[in-house]
Amino acid sequence: MLELKNISFEVNDDGEGKEIIRNISLQIPDRKLVVITGPNGGGKSTLAKLIAGIEKPTSGSILLDGEDITEMSITDRARKGISYAFQQPVKFKGIQVFDLIRLASGKRISMADACEYLSAVGLCAREYINREVNGSLSGGELKRIEIATVLARGSRLSLFDEPEAGIDLWSFQNLIKVFEGMRKNIEDSSILIISHQERILNIADELVVIKAGELFAQGPKDEIIPMLNGTDSAIPACKKELAAGGEV
Amino acid sequence: MEKLDEIGKRLLMEVADLHSVPEGAYNIRANGEAVGRVSTANIDIVPKTDTSGIDIIIKPGTKNESVHIPVVMTQSGIKEVVYNDFHIGEDADVVIVAGCGIDNCGPKDSEHDGIHRFYVGKGAKVKYVEKHYGSGDGAGKRILNPGTEVYMEEDSSMEMEMVQIKGVDDTTRTTKAELKAGANLVVRERLMTHGDQRAISIYEVGLNGKGASADVVSRSVARDNSYQKFDAVLTGNDECTGHTECDAIIMDNGRILAVPGLEANSVDAALVHEAAIGKIAGEQLIKLMTLGLTEEEAEEQIINGFLK
Repeated sequence: MLELKNISFEVNDDGEGKEIIRNISLQIPDRKLVVITGPNGGGKSTLAKLIAGIEKPTSGSILLDGEDITEMSITDRARKGISYAFQQPVKFKGIQVFDLIRLASGKRISMADACEYLSAVGLCAREYINREVNGSLSGGELKRIEIATVLARGSRLSLFDEPEAGIDLWSFQNLIKVFEGMRKNIEDSSILIISHQERILNIADELVVIKAGELFAQGPKDEIIPMLNGTDSAIPACKKELAAGGEV
Repeated sequence: MEKLDEIGKRLLMEVADLHSVPEGAYNIRANGEAVGRVSTANIDIVPKTDTSGIDIIIKPGTKNESVHIPVVMTQSGIKEVVYNDFHIGEDADVVIVAGCGIDNCGPKDSEHDGIHRFYVGKGAKVKYVEKHYGSGDGAGKRILNPGTEVYMEEDSSMEMEMVQIKGVDDTTRTTKAELKAGANLVVRERLMTHGDQRAISIYEVGLNGKGASADVVSRSVARDNSYQKFDAVLTGNDECTGHTECDAIIMDNGRILAVPGLEANSVDAALVHEAAIGKIAGEQLIKLMTLGLTEEEAEEQIINGFLK
């Protein structure tokens, strides 16, 4: 289980401190697929970077299975079982798709094994396995390769930052299947996806809403989705959230 | 081959991927003398009489044959200049593997300056691979100054792969090429310097006939306190296309100077140069670290990929 305790994150904005994340406490239980959603600029991606160790919180602590990992490096967190799929996949020169999947798996794997991860994200493995992970690949292709690297890791916590961004509609159908498959084989791990897409929200066990750097709402999908849709049922749910001490 | 010691054999493997006597024609030079030479029906290797070196004569129409001419030096303090001339007949299609490995454990500098001249016949096709490698922990330097001249007849093509990854302290590589109509030259240079090494790469390519084309690309990494200079000049004298690119990574206190030069003397010459120098992108390191690699491991993977 991943636990965030009173996490705040501040950046220096022209000499003034600007709070990006304000006192967020959150639990991502095992065997659950949790989706974080909320308006753009609300701090969702920053939260993902704080979990992966790319940024360090100004205050608060992060626990993985009870162990405090707040001060751990990116590498150590990865080795503890945190995987992170970038919103904007990184391009390389000379590193091939196979190299990246092999590094992700952390062991010597065969071409056939690597191809399975590519097939799982809807890429024709034979065509891609020897391609360079560079600008010759489209945004959607890079994105799917990025997701394949997370699949190859088989982690305790798999974190995806807007996996739908840059993916065409056809590939998106496939992506939903990938996440459904991951959910089915989740075992003791957990999956955390940052997304705006309703179809991704719909496969979640739990939803978390982050707004203006704060935790706006958290709960089972059936309670949260009506709030987001702004339907009549959103009103009581919203009130309930306020009554529970949520800051709006 | 029997005359080579273990170090010589290891160098031969590094520079020419040779575990034993190669197939086809070859000339193996060790410590200033030939230790093996074989000509074939189509490829004749003749030692020069007036100076040090060999003439390699490839008959017109020779297809799918190879020539290996590696050089190894294991004695400290040798300094040699060798002239090798390649006469490649019309419509031949051959692979030429050169390369030099120096192991210097002694106090004196070891230097091999290979001057290669290629006369590429009309319609002939050549793939040329040249690897340079140095080893040994002596105070004497390992110095290589290759000079390459390429004269390409009409519609000929040449692909040159030049690799220097490790251990050469000082190198000045000069490559000059003159291309006639329809000739095509492709150069892929991969270079890594470390310690206090210094490497200078100079290319001068003349595109002299209609439809001539050249693509000169260097990928390099300068680590520690090493210094590199990439100086590539393409001259377009007719309707032609030329592209030169220097893509370099600097690390530690490494320094690189890229001087791309283009000269168009014909209104139909289309010439392009690109040069980019910078450290490893932070996001590349972060991506590999999120896969569980340490920063050092991530750097190695990025560089290995870059120079692959």
